[in-house]
This record gives sequence, structure tokens and C-alpha cells, in this order.
Amino acid sequence: MTNTFSEFRAGTRAGLPFILVIAPFGAVFGVVATEAGLDLAQVMGFSFLVIAGAAQFVALQMMVENAPVLIVLAASLAVNLRMAMYSAALAPHLGSLSFARRALVAYVLVDQTFAAASLHYEQTPPRTAAQKMAYFLGVSTPVVPVWYAATWAGAVLGSAVPPGLPIDFAVPITFLALIVPMLRSAAHVVAALVSIIGVLVFAVMPYNTGLLIAALLAMIAGAETERRMAAR
Amino acid sequence: MSYDAWHIWAIILGLGAGTYLLRLSFLGMIGDRPLPAWVLRHLRYTAVAVMPGLITPLILFPQATGGEMDPVRLGAALATIGISLWTRNVTLTIFGGAAVLFALHFALI
Repeated sequence: MTNTFSEFRAGTRAGLPFILVIAPFGAVFGVVATEAGLDLAQVMGFSFLVIAGAAQFVALQMMVENAPVLIVLAASLAVNLRMAMYSAALAPHLGSLSFARRALVAYVLVDQTFAAASLHYEQTPPRTAAQKMAYFLGVSTPVVPVWYAATWAGAVLGSAVPPGLPIDFAVPITFLALIVPMLRSAAHVVAALVSIIGVLVFAVMPYNTGLLIAALLAMIAGAETERRMAAR
Repeated sequence: MSYDAWHIWAIILGLGAGTYLLRLSFLGMIGDRPLPAWVLRHLRYTAVAVMPGLITPLILFPQATGGEMDPVRLGAALATIGISLWTRNVTLTIFGGAAVLFALHFALI
């Protein structure tokens, strides 16, 4: 039987391995931000209000270089523009929920929760919007609090991670583990290839805008491949 | 860093509010209004369109090595793809990929 609570638990189980990624990533942000001169409230302000590792690091890097406030904001928000794409992709699944519930899901919408939920929504038989929300909140239950806690630990305790370890690579490994199972049709493979080639071709563009162009082209390529294969 | 506390909080609050509005954007506005079939067809590919592009530079030109291609990271990425195809299990893949990453790191020091 599928009820809302079992969906929540399934989501939590799916979210647990992300701790492996979130914990070192958050701790490194805490350490680096503190060393850059932010006080504890400011470091935690980032992690509670932004919850987006890549954008937080971009902002921090530019703050270290004393860039103007508006430039810091523009660059780090550009890194997060992909969140609008995720938001659009979730709307058909979660759109019928009350506004308060959609507002709550939006707060915990990060790369990991989105990727795990979209994989689950694709692979399982149709669920109600309430069950889909339960799964989404389930995934975020180990992810978001660990992000806060790890940031705090990094800021207060300093780095316990020995320097030189390749922990930066936890992020690509998680995303690979999530993407490969999604490549179940020719259209998905085409979209992924266009994304990879596009990001390399547009690598010269500033502030990650190349990624957005590559992603748009990849969505068009995937949709077009699907349409042609269906027409055949 | 030579900002006033006021500037730092402006960055934190601005980035937080802006990011939240991006996350809420379509989810909040569209609600359950039905979307045209062609829009849904594009949205189906959001994850496979964004994530590969997001990680490709991290795999090929990691910042930690100053953008130099690195056999440890490249090997771990290929192994992760292999483990995923073999086990078809996300959790096993993450742990397996991490194990290969650290094994290669210590083997190639």
C-alpha cells in the first residue's frame, strides 16, 4: 500500500546517501567563510537563507575580491537560475498543492532533492500530488538540516578534513549516480550529450550563463528527439 | 574583505530572497493550470539537460587541481558510471564511486 507516510520514508531513504556529499561541502563552506572574515551569524545566514553551495561559494569568492554588492548578487544569482528550470519541471507534479505547501517545497528545492524526486516521479506509477510532496520533503529531511549543521561545524570547529583529499568530487559522483538511471530513452541520452557539449562550447561565457544556454538547447534537443520518435 | 556588516547582510538577504523567488517562480505562479503538451515535453528533460552540463567541467577541469585534468577524478567518474549501469542502485553507486575515488587517490599519491 502506498500512503503518504511511506512515500515520506522512501524519500528519506533516498536522501540519506546525500549526507556523504552535503556534510563535507557544508563544512568546507563554514571553514572558508569564517576564514574570509564572516561572523557566525553571517555564515549561518548564508546556509539558512540561500541553501545553494555553488552560489554561496561564488558569492564568497567575489566578496574576498571586494566586488561591488550588486555584482556579487548578479553573479551568484546567475548560478542559481537553474532553480527556475527545476521549479517549472516540478509544477506539473506539485502544482495542485496549496500555495503554502508549494512555498515550503520551494524552500527545500536544491539540486539533490530535485534530482532524486524527478527520478522517483519518472520511475514509479502515478502518485497524488500529496504523495509526491511527501517524497520531496522526505528527501530534504536528511539533506537540509545536515547542510545547516555541517556549515555550523565548519564555522565553529574548523576543518577536520585533512587538506588534499578530493572531497570536492563528492558532488559529481552523486549527480552521476542520479543522472545515469535517467538515461533510459534515446531522447534523454541526446539531451545529456547536448548539455555536455554545450557547456564546453559556451565555457567562455561569464558567470555560468553558458550552462543555462547549454541546458536550454539540451531540453529542446530532448523534446525534439521525443517528438520525432513518436511521429515515426 | 572590506565590507561593512550592512553590505554583507545585503548580499546574504539579496541572494537568499532572489534564490527563493527563483525556486518559487513557476511552482508558485503556474499552480495546477494545465501546461501545453510541448512545454511538458521540454520540462521532462530538465534534469538530464542541467546536471550533465553542471558536472562536466568539475570532472574534466577540477578547480582543486587548478583546472588540470586529473586521473583520480576522471577514473572515479568513469567507475561511477560503470557501477551505476551495473548495480542500478543510486546509494550503492554513490558509495562505490566514493570508494574508487579514495582508492585511486591513495594509490596514485
